[in-house]
Order: sequence, then C-alpha cells, then structure tokens
Amino acid sequence: MTDLPLLSLLTFLPAAAAALLLFLPRERLALLRGLALGATAADFLLSLQLYAGFDAAVAGLQFVEERAWIPRLGIQYLLGVDGISLPLVLLTTFLGLVVTAASFPWIRARAKEYYICLLLLQTGMLGVFVALDLILFYIFWEAMLIPMYFLIGVWGGPRRIYATIKFFLFTMAGSVLMLLAIFALYFAGREVLPSPTFALPGLLGVPLAPGQQTWLFLAFAVAFAIKVPMLPFHTWLPDAHVEAPTGGSVILAGVLLKMGTYGFLRFALPLFPDATRAFLPVVAWLAIAGIWYGALVALVQGDVKSLVAYSSVSHLGFVMLGIVALNLQAVSGALLQMVNHGLSTGALFLLVGMLYERRHTRMLEDFGGLFRVVPVFGGILLLIALSSIGLPGLNGFVGEFLILAGTFKARPLYGALGVIGVVLGAWYTLWMVQRVLFGPVRHEANRSLRDLTVAERCILAPILLLVVWIGIYPAPLLSVSEASLRALLARVEQGPAAAESAEGRAYGRPAPPRGSAAALPAPGGPS
Amino acid sequence: MPPLDWGALAPTLAVAASGLGLLAADMLTPRERRERLAWIPLLGFGAAAALSAGLWGSEARPVAGMLVVDSAACFFYGLFAVIGILTVLLSVPYIRREGIQFAEYYVLLTFAVLGMMVMAAAADLLMLFLGLETLSVALYVLAGFLRQRVTSNESGLKYLLLGAFASSFLLYGVAFLYGATASTNLDAIRAALTARAAPGPFPAVGVGLILVGLGFKVAAVPFHMWAPDVYEGAPTSVTAFMIAGTKAAAFAAFLRVVPVAGVSLEGAWPDVLWILAALTMGVGNVAAIAQRNLKRMLAYSGIAHAGYLLVALVAGNPLGTAGLLFYLVAYTFMTVGAFAVLIALGRRGEENLTLDAWAGMGTRRPLFALSMAIFMFSLAGLPPTAGFMAKFYVFSAAVEAGYIGLAILGVLCSVISVFFYLRVVVVMYMQEPGAEPVAGLLSPATALATLLGVAGTLYLGLFPSDAWEVAVRSVQGLAGAGG
Repeated sequence: MTDLPLLSLLTFLPAAAAALLLFLPRERLALLRGLALGATAADFLLSLQLYAGFDAAVAGLQFVEERAWIPRLGIQYLLGVDGISLPLVLLTTFLGLVVTAASFPWIRARAKEYYICLLLLQTGMLGVFVALDLILFYIFWEAMLIPMYFLIGVWGGPRRIYATIKFFLFTMAGSVLMLLAIFALYFAGREVLPSPTFALPGLLGVPLAPGQQTWLFLAFAVAFAIKVPMLPFHTWLPDAHVEAPTGGSVILAGVLLKMGTYGFLRFALPLFPDATRAFLPVVAWLAIAGIWYGALVALVQGDVKSLVAYSSVSHLGFVMLGIVALNLQAVSGALLQMVNHGLSTGALFLLVGMLYERRHTRMLEDFGGLFRVVPVFGGILLLIALSSIGLPGLNGFVGEFLILAGTFKARPLYGALGVIGVVLGAWYTLWMVQRVLFGPVRHEANRSLRDLTVAERCILAPILLLVVWIGIYPAPLLSVSEASLRALLARVEQGPAAAESAEGRAYGRPAPPRGSAAALPAPGGPS
Repeated sequence: MPPLDWGALAPTLAVAASGLGLLAADMLTPRERRERLAWIPLLGFGAAAALSAGLWGSEARPVAGMLVVDSAACFFYGLFAVIGILTVLLSVPYIRREGIQFAEYYVLLTFAVLGMMVMAAAADLLMLFLGLETLSVALYVLAGFLRQRVTSNESGLKYLLLGAFASSFLLYGVAFLYGATASTNLDAIRAALTARAAPGPFPAVGVGLILVGLGFKVAAVPFHMWAPDVYEGAPTSVTAFMIAGTKAAAFAAFLRVVPVAGVSLEGAWPDVLWILAALTMGVGNVAAIAQRNLKRMLAYSGIAHAGYLLVALVAGNPLGTAGLLFYLVAYTFMTVGAFAVLIALGRRGEENLTLDAWAGMGTRRPLFALSMAIFMFSLAGLPPTAGFMAKFYVFSAAVEAGYIGLAILGVLCSVISVFFYLRVVVVMYMQEPGAEPVAGLLSPATALATLLGVAGTLYLGLFPSDAWEVAVRSVQGLAGAGG
C-alpha cells in the first residue's frame, strides 16, 4: 500500500484523459486513440496495483480516502474498496481497456467524442463501485447515465433515440425514489448518531423500525432492480442493447448491469437486513421468473444481439437468486458470476460486433455454416458460448454451481427451479451456436467471410484466458471476497445488533491485517 | 425623520446612480458609440455586488425601518447583480442585432434591478409594493421593447394588463392586513397578530391576496397563464432576465412575507403552498413536453422550476430556506446560460427557435452545443451539475419536514422533465443537420455569458459547499427560517 490516493487516481484518471481529449484536434485520430488506450491501460494497471495491495483477510474497507465535501450536511468524499467491490473494479478497468481497443475499427465518425464518452463512463462506473458516501454514490450512479445516453444515442442503431431515452427515463425514475430514501435514512440517522452523515459506515449503525425499513428497502430495491434488470423492469434492456454500438453493449452488459446487483450487496442488504429477509421470497421468485422468461424469450429471437440481451436477463436472474440465498456459497457464486457474465457476455457482444462488421446483419437466418469459413471465429464463439452455459472447466460453471448449490441448501425449491433455467440456457445458446456455425452455408456472402484479424484475436485473447483461468482456478477471486461477504451475511442473518463485532470489522476503519486469507474450498466442497 | 443610513443603502444607491448616470450619458454619447453605454450598468451592478458583500453579515434598518438590509437581503443583492451583469452581457449583441439599441433599454433594466433590490429588503408591505411596481413597470416596457414585432407588443400589453391586475390584488391584500392590524410593517403586523388569540378572517384574506400577487410574479399555477406568451414574445434577453430575476425577487419577497403568512393562515399556509407547488411542478413540466419552440419550452420550464422552489417554501425549515437561495443561484446560471446559447445561435427575427433548427448543432457549433447540453442536464437536475445540488437541498428539506408525498411528486416531475430537456440534446447531437447554414453570432459578450453560465453550473455542482455555507448563514437571521 502506498500513500497515494490510489482510488481517486483510479477513478478520475479516465475523466482526466477525457478532458485532455477535448482539447486535441479531431483529425489526429491516431493520437486520440492512443491517448484513450493509454489511459485505460494505465487505469487497468492501477487496478492491478490495487489488487496487489489488497489484503484478502480483512473484511472491512481498504484504501479508504476520506475528505469533507459538504461538511454542514455530513456529506463526505469517502472512497474505499472491500472484497465485494474489488472484483467489479477489476472487471470495469479490464473491460474498459478491451472496449477501447476493440472500438478502433468500428468508430470512425466522431471518434473524439466517442472516446470522451467511454472514458467518462469509466469514471462514473468506477465511482459507483468505490464511493461509500450515499450522496457521492448517487452522483456517480446518475452521472454515469449521461455518457451512456450519448453512446447509445449518437453511435447506435436505427432506433437509437427511442432506446436511449427509454434507458435514461427508466433508470432515472427508479433512482430518484432512492434519493428520497437516502434523505429519509439520513434524517433517521440524525436522530441517533452523534453527527449526521450520509456515509455508509455511519448509517449502518442506525436502527430502523420494521415499517420504515420496508419502505426504504423498496425504494432502494426498485432502483437497483431496474438496473439489474429484474422482471418486470427489464424492458429497457433489449432496446438499449440492440441499438447500442458494440462497445456500448459490452460495457452495458459487462459492467452497468452489475451496478444493480452490487447495489443490493453494498446497500440494500446491509442497511435493511430485516426487510431483506422479509422480501426474500419476492426477490427470489422474481429472479426465477427472470431466469425463465429471459431464456424463453431468448429462444425465439432472430437477432443475435437481442438474443444475447435477453440471455443477460436470465443470467442476472441467477445472480439475484444467489444473492438472496443468503449463504456464503451462493453469494460468492453470485459475485463470481457477475464477473463471469461480464466476461462472457462482453465477449459475445464483441463477437457479434465483429460479425456485423463483416456482414452488416445480425439475423440468425443470414448465417449458418460459418465454422468452415471462419474457424477461428467459430472456435472462439463456441468456447464463449460454452462458458456462458456453464460447461465444467470454464468460468460459468464455477459461478452457476456455487449459486445453485448454495440455493439448494437454503431453499431446495428455488434451486430446482434454477436448474431448469440452466437447461433452458443451454438450449438457446447451443441452438444459436448451431444456427450460426453449423449446417450448410446458405448465403453466398458468407462464403467469402474474412476470419478474425490479428488485432481482433489479440482483443479476445485476454478474455478467453480469463474464461479458462477462472474455470480452472477460481480461488484467487473467491478468496478476495470471502471475508467481506462473511461479514455482510452475518449482518443480514443476525441483524445489526447481533453482528456488532462483525460489523465493526467490516465497515469500520480498515482493521489491521491478521493472518493469511482462508481461501474458499474448491467448488462443490462444504463451505 | 431619523438620519439615513447611507452605508446600508449603498448597494441600492449604486444601482440607482448607474441608472441615472445612463440617462445623462445617453444625451452626451453620439449614436454610433452607444454600445459603450453598456459599461455603466455593468459597473453599477459590479459595485452593488461588492458593496453588498461588504455588508453581508450585518443588519441595518435604514429609511425609518422600511427596509431591512440583513444577510438575506445582501445575498439577494449579490444575486440580482449577477443576474443584471449576465443580462447586460446577453443584451449587448442581441439589441444590436434586433435594432433596439437604445440607452433606455439599459436604464429600464437598471431600474428593474433596483425594484428587485427593494423587494428583497422590504420590511414594510408598502416597500414591497413599491419595489414590485418599480420592477413591473420597467418590465412592461422591456417586454414590448421590440416595437416592430407584434408578438413583443402582445407580450408587453399582456404583461401590463395581467401584471396590473396582480399588483392590485397585492395592494388589496396589504389593505386588508392594514385594516386588521393598523400597520404595514411586517414585524408589527406579526406582533399584533401573535398577540391575539385568533387572527380572524381579515389577515387570512389579506395574506391570500398577497399570495395571489406574488404567485403571479413567480408564475405559479394557476396564476401562470400569462407566462408562456409573455416570455415567448419578449426580447430574448429580457425573457432571460424576467425568468431568472423576477422569480428571484418574488421569492425574496415571499421570504419576507412568510412569517406574517404563517401567523395569519396558521396551519393552512403550508397546505395552500403544497397545492400551489404540486400544481406548478405538474403543469409546468407536462406542458413543456408539448413545446417545439425552445423559448417557449424554457418558459414552461421556468414555471416548473418555480414549483420546485415552492417546495422549499412548503418545507419551511432552515434547510429549505437556504435551499431556496441556493436553488435561485443555480437556476440563474443554468437558465441564463441557456438563453445565452439561444441568442448566440439565433438570428434576427428569431425564426430558428424551433427545435428542428437545432439539428446537428453538436457538430456545427460544438462548444455552444456542449454548453447547452450542460444547461439542459442541469435544468433536468442531473449530477454533477448545479441543478442536481439545488434539487438535492430542496427535496431533502421537504423530506426533513415530513412532506414525503410532495417530494415524491417533485422527483417524478423531474423525471418527466428529463424527457423534454434531453430532447434538445437529442436534436443537437443525434440528428443530422439541415441544409440551412447556422447563423453564428459569435460576440465576445454572449460567449462570456455562456462561459459564466457553464462555470457557475459546474462549480455549484462539483463544489457546492462554499455557496451552501453562504446560503445557510444568509437565512439565519430570517424570522421564518426558524434559525
């Protein structure tokens, strides 16, 4: 660990690069791209530095930065990471780098503005994952909509304007109510706390009446559920995904959706443990409905991008199911699955984008037999598809297995219904692969397709590497989050009072490191 | 009569002196050099701002206790000076383009600001009325200043007729209060009413009538009918001034009347305001959706923002009152900035104020379009802009005071508003430009006004702490603020 404000650097480096881009001439395309790539690469290295300095044995916050921002109201500039946010920070910087590199051939018009939006978006997303003051969090959460709105609206497909406004209105409608809930929480905290605060560590100590908890939980949960998106708030997602440019889709699926699930883990669960337990069945049933519905609708999509979009609804359903199972195994799986989904769906969108560049269509009926024409593309698509449906040995398996095993332990019925979702997932994914890659080549245009270029292979290679690596050896990722998740679960299970000691460790000042990390047992083992 | 407290009157006098100086200078300036006259009001407003900054923190009651120059008044003096300076910057190129380059324009503007200052410092209902009339009479003329244009004439006439009507409501209300308490001094009225067991019907009627008068000035629904037409027809620079300035002055007057109103209407006061606030937010935002003309859209947006400001009054706590002040500052920067862009990209005759004329502005005039986008995001209340922090304070005040329902309504209205504010951004960035060339009035004055607007909007959004501190301290002495 260093004295450098690592988290601030990490968060604002992309924004600084965006500001720099603003003053560069738009004709110097190579320079623009170089700067954007350099900034995202540096950001990724910074996040690795964060990972290297992170002590997995500590449940509490690390790399904490604390400064007064609006002192009179107790609003702080409070940043920190723990085992829950660190994997998502890594995912964000990683995908940011990949998307920047991948966008080079795709974005020719208004490239300067595109990279500015991409970089600002990255600052917003990182801010969401590291901000621990509720107002600061909310600001990042809302501000991040603006660059995404431009990404979809300017560089998107034919119905982009409809899609981007729908995306914006849906997300904002949910979050403004959360803002009011944040106020209510603050005023409740003012009654009991020595000094009023919007900071999460302080607010966790506020006792709330059950009725109050219910309303506040609902306001938070709706905001997060729209972002996830959970049924019935998912309708913005297919539109946004289909219309967004490939880079936007990757970020949207890879990181943005995780902000919703992260919100549950970071705020909704620990702040309102009683309400969480009370609403557990509702959330679980919605999650199961999402798994099924997303999968069934994905089955009948003719547009590959739309299919992947609905598959996200299904996959995120698994993540939510894992979160509300409320045991270590399932929640660890959910966190891992957030990363997995970011990698595999991100890669799927990249592949679809690469195919679209060549054929200018995304309709399944226009493909078929591509494996023979473009074997490298075919191989990668197959591998990613298998990772997405959870083939043992690849990353998706570990996450799904942990989620389902944990859910079985908590509620066998939910687990059983979830397993059927896995089967549906395999169905639509493999069917999609079959219709794209196998069978006879039905269209003349497909015979002359170019296989992936070296640059494209280089972009996909790191994702493939991670997909295989997490599949074989997930322990490093799991162990990073274990201590923090244990503390979180103790709080939710036993209520704030009983979890006093755990809470002190988890959300107070960074505790001194003790011993080495106790890694999770291998998937399937008792936990 | 006690001696005048010249020190406390200095900001007001500076503005009055610049107005009179303008009249004199106009006679000595040849026609072709008239543009330079704009420096006189700029100096006057600058001096007023500096003087009121010096007075801030003290309290004086000059003119036999008719005025109260406290921190709140000084805050508003400063705000009015900023509005005045921004308006002059907008006006310089605008009145040249429209051919209405007369010194009287600036004279009227200066006296309008003078009236606003009197309103903000009124300790007596007669002073309040005097300030309101000084402001209004100047604005009646300014609204119709584009003599050649029918819409401007309509605007001036409509404002005059309905404005006079509203002023008489206010005056009638003053008469009722005087009849009930034998005084027009706000403190005396309050003291007289608190001394009684029950205030009786007269003070309630009086306060109700005053509420109508002030509600007209802030364009609160249902007293808003005049606003879209008047705002649309008036010269654009005047519209900017009215929408930011009149609103600020009327809310300053509201703050002075609140203590009396609270006593007169007792529990009904927040309820009445609650209904006004809800109607204003709802009607303003919903009607703005239908507008294809940007000026008219900003007019309805002005109504909607008056609704958010009324929420702060409903809350009635220190947080809300300070929030009201902060909101007015934030609103000034974002809305006057938006009008600056309108003027910069407009043409003589203003035919391209329709939304379609803005297609592709993002590539044709990237910096102005970017500024406009920032103003739109701020008006919609999105972080990290001033508009968000302003709404943050106002709605948190409403939650603190227990008006959760109104707060929910307010935030939902801001979601509605996102739709029409973002439409401007959509048109600028996401639609292909039309064939017509864009008129670009790249005058340094509008550019500066836009830049100031952007700077204010972002500064208040990113570093709201200092301005908030000033706002909080400004309202500490107010009777109604509970501080």
